Amino acid sequence: MSAPDISEMGWREWLLSERPQSRSQARLGRAYMTWRRFTANQLAVIGLFIILALVFVAIFAGLLAPYSPVVGDLRGARLLPPDWAHWMGTDDQGRDILSRVIYGSRLTLYVIVLVALIAAPIGLIVGTVAGYAGGWTDAILMRITDIFLAFPKLILALAFVAALGPGIENAIIAIAITSWPPYARIARAETLMVRNSDYIKAVEIMGASPGRIIMRHIMPMCISSLIVRVTLDMAGIIIIAAGLGFLGLGAQPPLPEWGAMIASGRRFILDQWWVAAMPGMAILVVSLGFNLLGDGLRDALDPRSSGQ
Amino acid sequence: MTAALLAEKVEVVFDQFRALKGVSVEVHPGESFGLVGESGSGKSTLLRAIAGLAPVASGSITVTGKPLGRRRDKAFYRQVQMVFQDPYGSLHPRQTVDRLLQEPLAVHGIGDSETRIRRALEEVGLSSGFRFRYSHQLSGGQRQRVAIARALILEPSILLLDEPTSALDASVQAEVLNLLEQVRRDRKLTYLMVSHDLAVINHMCERLMVMQNGESVEQLTAADLVSHNVAQDYTRRLLKASEGFVRVG
Repeated sequence: MSAPDISEMGWREWLLSERPQSRSQARLGRAYMTWRRFTANQLAVIGLFIILALVFVAIFAGLLAPYSPVVGDLRGARLLPPDWAHWMGTDDQGRDILSRVIYGSRLTLYVIVLVALIAAPIGLIVGTVAGYAGGWTDAILMRITDIFLAFPKLILALAFVAALGPGIENAIIAIAITSWPPYARIARAETLMVRNSDYIKAVEIMGASPGRIIMRHIMPMCISSLIVRVTLDMAGIIIIAAGLGFLGLGAQPPLPEWGAMIASGRRFILDQWWVAAMPGMAILVVSLGFNLLGDGLRDALDPRSSGQ
Repeated sequence: MTAALLAEKVEVVFDQFRALKGVSVEVHPGESFGLVGESGSGKSTLLRAIAGLAPVASGSITVTGKPLGRRRDKAFYRQVQMVFQDPYGSLHPRQTVDRLLQEPLAVHGIGDSETRIRRALEEVGLSSGFRFRYSHQLSGGQRQRVAIARALILEPSILLLDEPTSALDASVQAEVLNLLEQVRRDRKLTYLMVSHDLAVINHMCERLMVMQNGESVEQLTAADLVSHNVAQDYTRRLLKASEGFVRVG
């Protein structure tokens, strides 16, 4: 597709070319610049590594887990401390905690991916529409947002789960419903910044419809700050999911959800500390990973700091 | 002959501030008409009111005999396009030149974009090497050329120019002005051009209107401007100011 082809120039020069020959080269070049800014931050790379490890563990849980996560040995293996047979010990039902933590990564990933997929688009649409339309639309959408923001997240999620019934799907819905308002605020703020700029006016005098302007010209300007915020919120989402699990309103037994595991280990916390500590550690590491990743993405994606 | 553009007693009010106080202007087809005045005189507001970007409180605007409603229709945008003052702000920072030029074609459902984009770039003197660049990879003059290409790609008959060169270096200014001249000759376009630079207006326009405080002061021809054949004191002061500083003593 490109005239001076990759083999002649070396792929790095091809990507950084000031004169891209095709749409894809321009896009890849831009992505490569972002990647370079991202990898310049070592902590961010560690964060990315942790998240990739989480995904890997979740996909290959069946191969990695040494024991069944739900069936335990009630007679011979109750509450064993960590040793070579059970690296993280066993719980009160004689189940291997390592296996449960490994399978639990699937639930964690399931929760955060679905919450992000539900909450981020809702927030983005509400925020950009409110910001671009202004007037009554803005007032109504933002007051709804304010109402949601007025409740503490966990309490509101608790109320929703209580209404919908316990279970991991309902927990996801409840968390998604409670976590979109900050995204709407961010998207609206970004929209207000760009909506009076000449490049949006230029599209307006092309005769483009408001929907098209929002979708194709305003949303791309909001998306990077939104990605950063969603990534940083992931840690909070994991903790709310674990909190709901801990209170018995999230994943139901015998699902190996990390929060529920901590809840069941609470009874033995003084004598058999590993039952609660191991899933707690998993939550800690994954939350840390998302925070590091989010910080790195902020530096890499922020259009203001990249001189564009 | 119907006027290409006719504005009658146009008023624009922003939150009780009357930015335009009943300004009328008539631009003939194929003519280049200039609007001059100091900052805040309402010249850009008049342009934006015609483009539909400023709220018209009263008065009427007619394009080739067709009165415009409160909402402009798509046919209007194919006929009238605008070039903005600041080429650093008028190009979307996340879009390549290709995307920028594609957008008006997509909005109006015009096919054959490949040849049209190539032709538009050629017309404004940019090689195809610029096509997939982002705007931050272009200089100010190149950006303004892209902005002109974007305005021309819909093949309008009237071009609104909002100080198209005031954000550019002096050397680049001349290039862009020559390009605009060239395009106007080739396509027989009508220009309505705002500038605070009398030399630019003198170079580009046959007739002009002097504005102050949202009102029209007087209308002149370019010849009047050269021979200082003006009626109003304000215009005289403006002419004097444009000659630059006079060393006293």
